[in-house]
Amino acid sequence: MSSVTLKNIVKRFGSFTAVHRSSLEIAEGAFVTLLGPSGCGKTTNLRMIAGLLDPTEGEILIGGRRVNDVPIHKRNLGLVFQNYALFPHKTVAENVAFGLKYRDIPAAEIPDRVQSALDLVQLPDVGERYPKALSGGQQQRIALARAIVIEPDVLLLDEPLSALDANLREDMRVELKRIQARIGVTTVFVTHDQSEALAMSDQIVVMSAGKVEQVGAPEEVYNTPASEFVANFLGASNILDGRCTDRGGGTVTIEAPIFGRLSIPAEKAPNLAGEGAAKLVVRAEKLVLSTSEAGEGAVSVPATVETVDYQGQAVRYFVRAGETQLQAINMIDEHPFAEGSAVHLHLRPQDCAGLPG
Amino acid sequence: MGWQLVRGWTVLVYLFMFLPVAVVVLLSFNASQFGSFPMTGFSLRWFVELAQNEAILRAFRTSIVLGLLTALISTTLGVLASLALVRYRVPGANMISTLLIAPILVPEVVLAVALLLFLNFLSVNKSFTLLLAGHVIFTLPFVILVVQARLVGIKRDVEEAAMSLGASPRQTFFQITLPLMLPAVLAGALFAFTISFDDITGTLFWKPGGVETVPTQIFAMLRNSISPEINALGTVMIIMTVGLPLLGIAIARQLARKSGG
Repeated sequence: MSSVTLKNIVKRFGSFTAVHRSSLEIAEGAFVTLLGPSGCGKTTNLRMIAGLLDPTEGEILIGGRRVNDVPIHKRNLGLVFQNYALFPHKTVAENVAFGLKYRDIPAAEIPDRVQSALDLVQLPDVGERYPKALSGGQQQRIALARAIVIEPDVLLLDEPLSALDANLREDMRVELKRIQARIGVTTVFVTHDQSEALAMSDQIVVMSAGKVEQVGAPEEVYNTPASEFVANFLGASNILDGRCTDRGGGTVTIEAPIFGRLSIPAEKAPNLAGEGAAKLVVRAEKLVLSTSEAGEGAVSVPATVETVDYQGQAVRYFVRAGETQLQAINMIDEHPFAEGSAVHLHLRPQDCAGLPG
Repeated sequence: MGWQLVRGWTVLVYLFMFLPVAVVVLLSFNASQFGSFPMTGFSLRWFVELAQNEAILRAFRTSIVLGLLTALISTTLGVLASLALVRYRVPGANMISTLLIAPILVPEVVLAVALLLFLNFLSVNKSFTLLLAGHVIFTLPFVILVVQARLVGIKRDVEEAAMSLGASPRQTFFQITLPLMLPAVLAGALFAFTISFDDITGTLFWKPGGVETVPTQIFAMLRNSISPEINALGTVMIIMTVGLPLLGIAIARQLARKSGG
């Protein structure tokens, strides 16, 4: 178990820069997610930590030791791939035992360790089978067992859930988090799925086009996005161009179309220095549709429902207020609003966030 | 009606293709003095005579040694070339690949004459080594084609996983990559052996005086007369060149089933 540090890492492929100068500090035992769309450099970062790619510039430290020149097979890392990457010509037990052969472990002890790894992933009885006899979810559990049985310093997970179908993915998510918490290994998880990132991480590193956009706890990244990209990538947001008219006394005042003048808590707009152009970020699920005016502490704006996207427990509305279309995601209370109905949009200022314009 | 015609035609095509082979095999068991119909009785005497014919036994030994060496060298070179072309970024990989496959496309006579003239130019005499080199040149493309196709199907992930678990690149090759491509390697080796074993064109050009392989020996014997021995020899050749690849395919299937293909 070790910390991982990336110092001023740059990775270029020919003239293309996959990772721009970025630094990252991953604490010992933390579960950190690199989140971003495909091509944002998250996998490149992971592969550099793994030793499968060499950084063009910068340093990589694992447990305080510089590993730039340490080849992958000497880094003691657990690596789990999207496509499981089990050895098809070896049995499950041989797969799990593979890494132990290259370590100073008495041969007599290997079967016990393999068995306890299989127990940990809740597949105690499949040791004699070949990987292809297992389902996708089971194969991924074996891949995980194979990676953790060597007691790696860092566990690297490259979209491990993406090849599984939806229900299984959610089960595995819980399972993976449980196992990680149990063994406490430092984990770097790469995904493009925001709900996986929010559900599993201690820290989320949001990346876009080779740059780190924001680093923070899931709640922080979700509630106080540091950029328009983060606001849009994590959940659905309405972003309105406005002006910051005042900052002080613990609040920031933003004047935006539709909602007018809103005083939001200063910590929800940390990057907004003072007066000037600003953006108001309104999360879709914080915009509540109602038949009546709002009570104390919230603003209320008349609007018309344009599109209703029914999702069972929740519903996504596209509403029009004046010239602007907004989206709102609300839980359903009895029945959703019908298309064309006139409603009031309720918004509490403390649910908004502010970005520099 | 239409289908009947197609069916009949198909039967004729197969007869055309396989009747001569069947005749040779059948006549090799003929007790008669002459290597032709009518059959006078069942006998293995021609096989016995074959086994006692010094020239033929020598030719067999030469062919088998030549075939095994060709298979060994071609397979080794072919596996290494495929690894380089598939796994590493080699400048001009496409060109190299095409050049390595080219011997299949060039008529064998042209290749044979070219190699001979080239070595003449270098004042190298015909020798068994030259013959071997020639066989390696035109069996190599088959090995490369088969092995490359398999290697492309082996995901890089699997090798990376092995390395992440502590296996060095060498250990990864012997523990993971080689076992996974073994069916293709064996198939390639079999191809090389079989092609070398029944090659005659190139061999006629390259063989040094006094050295005969089975095909050139048959060719030489045919110049005098069609002895029933030749039918027996033909039967043995057929068994080797048809049986070996079939055996190879069976083994490859078995391996593939075990490893999940």
